[in-house]
Amino acid sequence: MNELSLIGMMSIFTAGITIAIGSIGPAFGEARALAQALAAIAQQPDEANTITRTLFVGLAMVESTAIYCLVISMILIFANPFWEYAVAHAGG
Amino acid sequence: MLTNPDQLILWQYGIIKINATLAFTWGVMALLALVSYIVTRRLAVDPPLTKMQNLLEVIVFHVNLQIREISRQRPLRYLPLIGTLFLFILLSNLLAIVPGYIPPTSSLSTTTALALCVFVAVPAYGISQIGLWNYLKQYCRPTFFMLPFNIIGEFTRTLALAVRLYGNIMSGVVIGAIFLSFVPFFFPVLMQILGLLTGTIQAYIFSVLTMVYIASAIPPHDDKESKNKTPGDKHE
Repeated sequence: MNELSLIGMMSIFTAGITIAIGSIGPAFGEARALAQALAAIAQQPDEANTITRTLFVGLAMVESTAIYCLVISMILIFANPFWEYAVAHAGG
Repeated sequence: MLTNPDQLILWQYGIIKINATLAFTWGVMALLALVSYIVTRRLAVDPPLTKMQNLLEVIVFHVNLQIREISRQRPLRYLPLIGTLFLFILLSNLLAIVPGYIPPTSSLSTTTALALCVFVAVPAYGISQIGLWNYLKQYCRPTFFMLPFNIIGEFTRTLALAVRLYGNIMSGVVIGAIFLSFVPFFFPVLMQILGLLTGTIQAYIFSVLTMVYIASAIPPHDDKESKNKTPGDKHE
């Protein structure tokens, strides 16, 4: 196995692992926040607007960790600097 | 595969390059300006309103309502910034249904520019409301030792704003392109619909977060404007 295929293999493998682990945590966090918000709306329907808006802001914050992982895995697959370096030096 | 509209050069003269991001940003801006111009030429007060005026009034009213509920202040100050951000991001995401169009928000340069606007606007609003010295003192709250973390927070939230919008829209575009290449018929449409939903939510979240940041730069109990406001004064 030459270096180029090793880099390609590791990039794709790492991208998969990144998105897998990186989506578990935010999913748990968002589910927890959603459950709490639903319970709060059920108890106080009058405050549904405020709760929903705060929930959205909080979800956006939690979600940004998942987005970071997504961007990293996209970079690994489509714009991997090591891959481009290796291709340029292999004369490809 | 094209993952970045910055790399798609449409027109080039010497070192001046017009890439797809710039061109589509101008397109969205022109569309917004043109529609606003046409609608606001013939504003009416009496009931037979045009459909476009109704639409515009609904948008402005709800943006106002959201701003008022978040900041507990009169929305007129914040409407130009928040409304423009919301409408621009919303339109540039929703136009993704037009064939051949690439959302300018799927390029990190556009979203960075939008986030930099927020980065400048937050201290600008804060200083204009409470003065330079009071604003700078806020960085030392609750204690002086929080100063570096408050400054770091200022930068990281700008980064998070930019990367969040970019990541959401770019992933929608890329996933759509990937699916288009191997399941051509039905599934890409579903992803496109999901992309429209994500785009709308991201436009909302971007403007709400901007408003939250601005509201957090202004001390909570300093609502001198809302003090002499009567309770029934919901509409401006």
